[in-house]
Amino acid sequence: MSIDTSKVAASNTTTAATAKKPSKAGAAAAWADDRLGLATAMKKNLRKVFPDHWSFMLGEIALWSFVVLLLSGVFLTLWFTPSMGEVTYQGSYDPLRGVTVSEAYNSALKLSFDVRGGLLMRQMHHWAAMVFIAAMMIHLLRVYFTGAFRKPRELNWVIGCLLLLLGTLEGFTGYSLPDDLLSGTGIRAADGFMKSIPLVGSYLSFFLFGGEFPGDAIIPRLFTIHVLLIPGLLLALIAAHMLLLVYHKHTQWPGPGRTEQNVVGFPMLPVYAAKAGGFFFIVFGVTSIMGGLLSINPVWKFGPYDPTKVTAGSQPDWYMGWPDGALRIMPGWEFGIFGHTFPFNVFLPIIVLPGLMFTILLLLPFIENWVTGDKRDHHLLQRPRNAPTRTAVMVSLMTFYGLMWAAGGNDIIAIKLHASINQITYFMRAAVFIGPAIAFFITRRWCISLQRHDNETLLHGYETGIIMRSPEGGYSERHLPVSPARAYSMTARERDELPALEGETDANGIPTPGSRSQKVKAKLATMMYADNVQKPTPEELEEAHHHVDHENELQAGLDHPADGHQFDGHHLVDEEHLRSH
Amino acid sequence: MSDQNSHDDLVPSTFEDEPIANPGLPPHVWRPTDVDPKAEKRAERQVAAFFGLSILCAILFLVSYFVFHVGSDWNTVGGLGASNVALGVFLGGALLFIGIGIIQWARKLMGDHEIVEYRHPARSSEEDREATIAALNAGLEESGIGRRPLVRNTLLGAVGILALPAVVMLRDLGPLPGDKLKHTIWTKGMRVVRDVVGTPILVSDLEIGDLVNALPEALFPTEENGYPEIEGVELQQQKVKAAVILNRMLPDEIVSQQTLNWSVNGIVCYSKICTHVGCPISLNERTTHHLLCPCHQSTFDLTDSGKVIFGPAGHALPQLPLAVDSDGYLIAQSDFTEPVGPSFWERDPS
Amino acid sequence: MRLLNRSAGRLSRHRRGPLAGLVVLLLGLVMTGSLYAAFSPAQADQTQSSTDQAAAGRQLFLVGCAFCHGQNGEGIKTQDGNQIGPSLVGVGAAAVDFQVGTGRMPMAQPGAQAPRKKPVYTDEEIAQLAAYVASLGPGPSVPTASDYSTAGMSDSERQAAIVRGGQIFLTNCTACHNFEGSGGAMPRGGYAPKIRGVDPKYIYEAMLTGPQAMDSFSNGDLSPEEKRDVIAYLGSLNEAPGYGGFGLGGLGPVSEGLFAWLVGLGSLVGFAVWIAAHTTRSNKKKVEA
Repeated sequence: MSIDTSKVAASNTTTAATAKKPSKAGAAAAWADDRLGLATAMKKNLRKVFPDHWSFMLGEIALWSFVVLLLSGVFLTLWFTPSMGEVTYQGSYDPLRGVTVSEAYNSALKLSFDVRGGLLMRQMHHWAAMVFIAAMMIHLLRVYFTGAFRKPRELNWVIGCLLLLLGTLEGFTGYSLPDDLLSGTGIRAADGFMKSIPLVGSYLSFFLFGGEFPGDAIIPRLFTIHVLLIPGLLLALIAAHMLLLVYHKHTQWPGPGRTEQNVVGFPMLPVYAAKAGGFFFIVFGVTSIMGGLLSINPVWKFGPYDPTKVTAGSQPDWYMGWPDGALRIMPGWEFGIFGHTFPFNVFLPIIVLPGLMFTILLLLPFIENWVTGDKRDHHLLQRPRNAPTRTAVMVSLMTFYGLMWAAGGNDIIAIKLHASINQITYFMRAAVFIGPAIAFFITRRWCISLQRHDNETLLHGYETGIIMRSPEGGYSERHLPVSPARAYSMTARERDELPALEGETDANGIPTPGSRSQKVKAKLATMMYADNVQKPTPEELEEAHHHVDHENELQAGLDHPADGHQFDGHHLVDEEHLRSH
Repeated sequence: MSDQNSHDDLVPSTFEDEPIANPGLPPHVWRPTDVDPKAEKRAERQVAAFFGLSILCAILFLVSYFVFHVGSDWNTVGGLGASNVALGVFLGGALLFIGIGIIQWARKLMGDHEIVEYRHPARSSEEDREATIAALNAGLEESGIGRRPLVRNTLLGAVGILALPAVVMLRDLGPLPGDKLKHTIWTKGMRVVRDVVGTPILVSDLEIGDLVNALPEALFPTEENGYPEIEGVELQQQKVKAAVILNRMLPDEIVSQQTLNWSVNGIVCYSKICTHVGCPISLNERTTHHLLCPCHQSTFDLTDSGKVIFGPAGHALPQLPLAVDSDGYLIAQSDFTEPVGPSFWERDPS
Repeated sequence: MRLLNRSAGRLSRHRRGPLAGLVVLLLGLVMTGSLYAAFSPAQADQTQSSTDQAAAGRQLFLVGCAFCHGQNGEGIKTQDGNQIGPSLVGVGAAAVDFQVGTGRMPMAQPGAQAPRKKPVYTDEEIAQLAAYVASLGPGPSVPTASDYSTAGMSDSERQAAIVRGGQIFLTNCTACHNFEGSGGAMPRGGYAPKIRGVDPKYIYEAMLTGPQAMDSFSNGDLSPEEKRDVIAYLGSLNEAPGYGGFGLGGLGPVSEGLFAWLVGLGSLVGFAVWIAAHTTRSNKKKVEA
């Protein structure tokens, strides 16, 4: 049974809440509105509807982590000295007393040992950064797997990818600031990366470092990039991201009462604001507990950066792990070209590959759009199984990413699993090509098989686990129909449509322009939708139900169609003559 | 409530041939806190208790801040720094319990009727589009930019060329590389000294199997050796290129003629800077004379001119030719014969 | 919890609690462990006033070491020229004390590296073996406590030793053993082991003799004072509290990333699932107010 969904407001009672007399708060609001005219903008947005699902909160984890980063970051800037000028350490950490360190390192030690709460803030800042990028990544995966990037949200996808890239760079510049041995080694590697660029490499290196590595300019420059340039860009892009989200309204899962034209959920005020605001405190609180209990980046143990020192297990933070892995497994192919060296072994994995991956990521919505030719707006999400090729593409990219990531930790894997780093490297060289191919194949077939199962459920009902024995002695499992709500959710999706093609040639036999790309497009679309299981037509459903009714009639021994609940106490059967013949 | 959209071609109103009709929103089912006043009161107390716990944690935070010492005499608890643990846990608790309280409030007590809002198509209406295009056209027409290609082209040229001053202003970010990358501070006759302590090395000091991390004596200037003062940035910049390792092996184990020529009694000297991307290396396998870099696992053979035998490095590790001076100390015959460290475009591969 | 208790909730609920099975299992484990610890044979204790330790050592050597290292410690090679056991001529008493004292030798099975394990020989026997091997050829002798201990130094001297030791450690040791001494990977399955919590004597001996694939740092390379400084620094690392909390294995960004994903993101996604979950429902209807 359905209820009237036209009520705009609903509260704990069955009638709408009524406005009360104006109070002091009302007077202040009136003062503001006299000057800003906010009520016009706010009238719609205060009770704006947001659908409720846990997977919609992954982006919020990233958003609130960013706020934590801003707050803890400002705290750190009050003590951090972004200078590479040398100073003799005379602070509280005795094992480094008298050692020559940079001002930056000195201030990082001061924060850690002489400022109460300083070490906590450093660690919260670092944990929040790790969680920020991880959350962006799983948010990206959620958006991709559910098809939420389709029209009209492609631009939001682009903004999101840029946020991911900027977040990664922000993290790299950030953990390099304390000028400790581990992050300094990372900067040295970055110097090597730049030098690998043909023609301009050494110039880029000298310009960035203000001279030969290490110079004395890199830390102050990274500081400006880290606290001013990238946060500014991040804030602007996050604002645009949120604005588009509010304008387009959030997508939602298909279900009873939900259509492409509406949004069903809870109003911004009070429920959604409470859930989002509460989640902010939870993210902040969890980050703080991690900062208190879990040690991260103990710079005092690394010592100040020294180009002649290094530690085993030199890795960048996790989000740079996959290019590090690519660097490790790349064979040493370096080319000499007319008296010049082209270090392809560095250039490919660290300059070309990340750029390529990022570009592919950025273009995914547009590639899918080009192949399918789908020009409609989409506000209802798709289950991953209902887009097998799309899901398989991302799983295959994830496999590539994951194998590279593991390759970046090959020495840690070697000592923890008692393996040989040489063998791990050889394995990974093959795995990064074979793995994604296998993952693509398996994922796609798995999705299709899940679609088949869904169709089975729709047509023949769900398996009850009750075994029936027919009078002839045969066994069968009883199936019962799924609820209308669930059945609707499973069928509330579109059929896959191949893109419409213009004719190949016109009346005079001249091929239409762009017909070759049309043919490629058609081929790709066919491959994309191949083997996909479409939802049943009304006729098929009708026939299946009829068949089921007939089955139930036979099993219950009745002479009229039955609903199948004769033997499980679902309803009374006193008047029925079951199995009377 | 927004009006129904009128752009059916872009927003399908229902799915084509829906086999099952939309059953509409399910009827609302109340929560115990909605229908049972006792449950409601209990939920209220629960939410208030969370906020109370948060206040308690905040107070404990303030107490911990002043009670637990940092500096040279940290309090510890269970082998961990007490200040950090206490401040982190209590701040975390103060924040977390506010969050949990608010969420419980929303879940248990706030109205949870699902409400419906209608979407509008993302695109503007046809009228708005036309009006905008008309306004744009009117503006462009009045500016006359279409009719005045000379004005337009010279403007574009003037604005476009501004990119050049912007880029050129960055020129003084750093000096040109010149040939700085091709030379190090090593010269003929310069002694090899131990890193950190700076003492020169006699051949007899080293046993077979020893590994020494070493630097040129010029980076440890004293009155005795007469080298000029060097410190700060310049010291670091020279260290990056000049750091070396010494390894003593049996002379029979040396494979390549060049390595043999540049060794002294089985003592070989190689650059410590990996030729991949420049990490310092000193993981030496004594038994195989393979030198491993911890960053990306490039492996070099010290018996064979530093040849790359595994990993992503593109060329061999440069070897420093060694000799012995009149007092028996190890010295360099000359600077390295090729650039040290990661490859770059101007490096001659021969 | 129905773990190990198939009748929980099936027969009378009150006959066995849901945790009963788990409690019985835990009791059984505790009892077995205690009995084992109480009754397992202790190390046979041998006291000996030997005058010819080297002779006694040779007897032990022939039984436990000669198979791989040769009857006279000359080393054994296979036909292909691979090594079964290296020559022990000139390795010195210090090498034996280290290898046998940490249980690395005798090696239980051939492999890329001999792992540390429970020592097979008593201290007395190790001294005898060391004396025998020392007699094969001159080599480094077992250090005394004065070589590696900072006892007797004033606080400021000890502090200075720790600072110097830290710089020497970071220059020579961390490349293989990691910034905290947590160990690191070497080629082909080898590894530089964890050196935290290791007896100072063994650290001294390892630096001096260069066990297995480790380079040696003879006293002409790193002086005894410098070795002592390194040991003092490692000691200070052992004594220092975890200022920022639990150390997560001391392996750097890899373990930190693991914790960020599992603990950080895991708990936050868990919270998100809770926040959006349906709350309890009631069958009752609300009476119009």
